[in-house]
Amino acid sequence: MNREDFPILNNDIIYFDNGATTLKPKSVIEAMNKYYFEHTSNIHRGDYKQAIVTNELYDGTREVVKEFVNAQGAEVIFTKGTTESLNLVVFGYMKKHLKRGDEVLLSKAEHASNILPWIKLSEEIGINIKYAPLNKDYELTYESIEKAITPKTRVVSIAQVSNVVGDVRDIEKIGALCKKKNILLSVDGAQSVPHMPVDFTKDNMDFLAFSGHKMAGPTGVGCLVVKKALIDKMEPLIYGGGMNQDFASDGSYELKKGPSRFEGGTPPIAEVIGLREAINYLSAMGMDTIHKHELALKKYLVDELSKIENIKLYNTKSKSGILSFNINDVFAQDTSIYLNHYNICVRAGNHCAKVLKDELNIKNTVRISLYFYNTKEEIDKLIEVLRQSYNIFKVVI
Amino acid sequence: MDEELKREIIIDNYQHPVHKGLVDDEAYIKENTNNESCIDNIDIMVKVENGVIEDIVFDGEACAISTSATSIMIKSLLNKKVEEAKKILLNYENMINEGDYDKKLLGELNVYDTIYKQPNRKMCALLPHNAIKKILEEIEKA
Ligand SMILES: Cc1ncc(COP(=O)(O)O)c(C=O)c1O
Repeated sequence: MNREDFPILNNDIIYFDNGATTLKPKSVIEAMNKYYFEHTSNIHRGDYKQAIVTNELYDGTREVVKEFVNAQGAEVIFTKGTTESLNLVVFGYMKKHLKRGDEVLLSKAEHASNILPWIKLSEEIGINIKYAPLNKDYELTYESIEKAITPKTRVVSIAQVSNVVGDVRDIEKIGALCKKKNILLSVDGAQSVPHMPVDFTKDNMDFLAFSGHKMAGPTGVGCLVVKKALIDKMEPLIYGGGMNQDFASDGSYELKKGPSRFEGGTPPIAEVIGLREAINYLSAMGMDTIHKHELALKKYLVDELSKIENIKLYNTKSKSGILSFNINDVFAQDTSIYLNHYNICVRAGNHCAKVLKDELNIKNTVRISLYFYNTKEEIDKLIEVLRQSYNIFKVVI
Repeated sequence: MDEELKREIIIDNYQHPVHKGLVDDEAYIKENTNNESCIDNIDIMVKVENGVIEDIVFDGEACAISTSATSIMIKSLLNKKVEEAKKILLNYENMINEGDYDKKLLGELNVYDTIYKQPNRKMCALLPHNAIKKILEEIEKA
């Protein structure tokens, strides 16, 4: 769908690395260009025309985000991306409110950005990290979370969609359970918000993190959506201009209320404007439509790949556009280098989920991650190339 | 060397590398190689006695180029004096980086003489070199 909006696709590439970052439509780039060409200005306190336009676009984007993830009663903080958002959850909120012996529940299939900050916090204040086990398809189920919760669990912090096998976690049920048990729920939406309808309110999330560049938007911007009741209890990680109300040489200071308190310094203004356009673009297509398209493509991909004998698939069932595989006896990176010879872009590696290697028993996989502009024809080409893969060393060596 | 023959040697060393499997012996010095630009991850262990490389073993998960390069490198350095080994390593590094080198010193390692045409694979070819060089430096310091 919408391939004509993506100039980069004229270069004859097949882009299957959308889990890493997505391509950008013209309208997003144009919105950012417009800021640079026509109304460059800083936000806050500008009294001239361009500054007023910029300010409205910047602050108004919070409303656009809220509507997009149904978070009317929440606040939206702009960050650099999911990683910074999750760090803000851990060091801006949890550090102040958790104490020694409190438990946080993660899974083994989390991205580095949803594990390392917790490991660091545990080093600093002595919280305990627990990992809910995965099932035989490397999925995290509601039951696994339910079982792993103890009276000491204070936080559940998990991705809505895993970036390795792409399983979609039942956040609605997990959210309801957390609410009942008075546990905070922090959701890594990096792989869900770009691909399916996400409902912050219905799913009872306390925190939701995601990145602009994975949803047809620019790099350098992301969001942390926070429940209103929690934002005043958070501490900023960055101090400086734009986030304070007042300060004096006697050491007294007062910080702003609301999201700007966490956005010290000049923020990525062009990128926020680009993100706004990306959300408008996705909304116009409809998140349901995007999700359905990806699922149909995924099914086709799995069906066709399963017909090739020497290929191992790691999760064929997950309800997202992510699929990990290996060619038997071929190292993942050799496969990705092979595919690159045919202009097919995929990712080889552990996908920043290093603890998953204990579970998968294999460290590296090749990952295909789809988006709405991918087509059946592109999958056909991939299949044709993989069918020839007995030739792989002729090509890569 | 003919391209087809080169490829055969590389594939053979990738599929049947020599000296794969680490040992539990304190006479060996161990080094882990992994670099940010690729996902290869190899442990190499070297045993030097009386200035001679007595044994080298390795283990890990890595691509065809770095696995085969490790295997061939091991064969090339076994039973060499540390001084000779360092010369081979230097010439190998120069070959990979398109510098001047002595072909005669490198034997089977010459199969990588055109790897510079794929810049993103130079790191793979250099992976065993980097680890073994580091170990030899450590031994000399001690
Ligand atoms: C599940 C998940 N969480 C977090 C991240 C980190 O996102 P970013 O690098 O944009 O901060 C990623 C990106 O790869 C991801 O897939």
